[in-house]
Amino acid sequence: MLTLQFVPYADIESLDSQARISKLLKIVKNKHIVLMQGRLRPEEEAGLIQKTMEQIDKEFRGIEVCTVYPEENKLESLKKIRNEMFKLLLGNRDGITIIGPASVVKEIRRDPNKIQLLTLEKSKGVKKISKKK
Amino acid sequence: MIKIIRDFVKRMLHQIFQKKKHLKLGLYGPPNAGKSSLANKISEDWLGETMSTVSSVPHETRTVNMKEKINVKYGNKELTFNLVDTPGIATRIDYEDFLKHNISPGAAKKRAREATKGVIEAIKWLDDMDCVIVVLDSTKNPYSQVNITIIGNLAARKIPVLIVANKIDLKKGSIKKIESAFPQYDVVGISAMKGTNMEEFYESIFRMLS
Repeated sequence: MLTLQFVPYADIESLDSQARISKLLKIVKNKHIVLMQGRLRPEEEAGLIQKTMEQIDKEFRGIEVCTVYPEENKLESLKKIRNEMFKLLLGNRDGITIIGPASVVKEIRRDPNKIQLLTLEKSKGVKKISKKK
Repeated sequence: MIKIIRDFVKRMLHQIFQKKKHLKLGLYGPPNAGKSSLANKISEDWLGETMSTVSSVPHETRTVNMKEKINVKYGNKELTFNLVDTPGIATRIDYEDFLKHNISPGAAKKRAREATKGVIEAIKWLDDMDCVIVVLDSTKNPYSQVNITIIGNLAARKIPVLIVANKIDLKKGSIKKIESAFPQYDVVGISAMKGTNMEEFYESIFRMLS
């Protein structure tokens, strides 16, 4: 059975970078797929990869990650400024971050219009879940 | 008086050290994109020797390799840098994937262990880079989180970036896909293995640093 766990931004808002990464990895290591509101900062994304690499062993083979967010280049200037103001005040809640354990998620394919989550099922091979943005 | 002399010597040493410091040009990207092939091509072109081993098995480069004082000339311009070839950055490493390449289970496990350390090392080196060439496989979908994370981290650190769309000699190779994924960056299409379009590549390095 595939378990998706939603993590609202409010749950990680007050945590520092290390605590955020640890919290997300803990969920993923329980073989759940994280659906997190918002996105990590670039340095946190790199930190997540580093922490993942440190924890790889016989059981845990890594993660698949995908961040989907509105393309800011396509927004009007005023909306861009407004978004930046909100981000400064409230944090980056735009978009969604999907993190799955490599033992469950084979691949997350992202192109500008859709996301495909390819899961591994031991008896049935690869299953495809698609979502259009 | 002693303090004045000491400060003078300190300043002089600092100036000498500063003059000797060369730019660090890093090669980053996912595994098997052709970073080491490009490192070899650059090193062969300007030093007449290779610097890394290449293989079709992912994670062949598992430690950071640096070649010092590569002097590149383009037109009447000249540039000296230390070239840093880094291990491919990945979010998953499964030793079973290496077994498909006829590697023994023991060697595959060792390779996986070394590869995880290599990824950590590559990320740590990001802070030391003065400029970076992100090498992407032009036959693959560029919208991967690893690519986005690498480029996002370089942008956050304000490190100049040039994107190389490698393997353009292959049928599936497409520079356009990479250009549309990262429209704000300069993208140059090459084949590091065959040495295709290297002139434009060197020109792009000078453009990035100007």
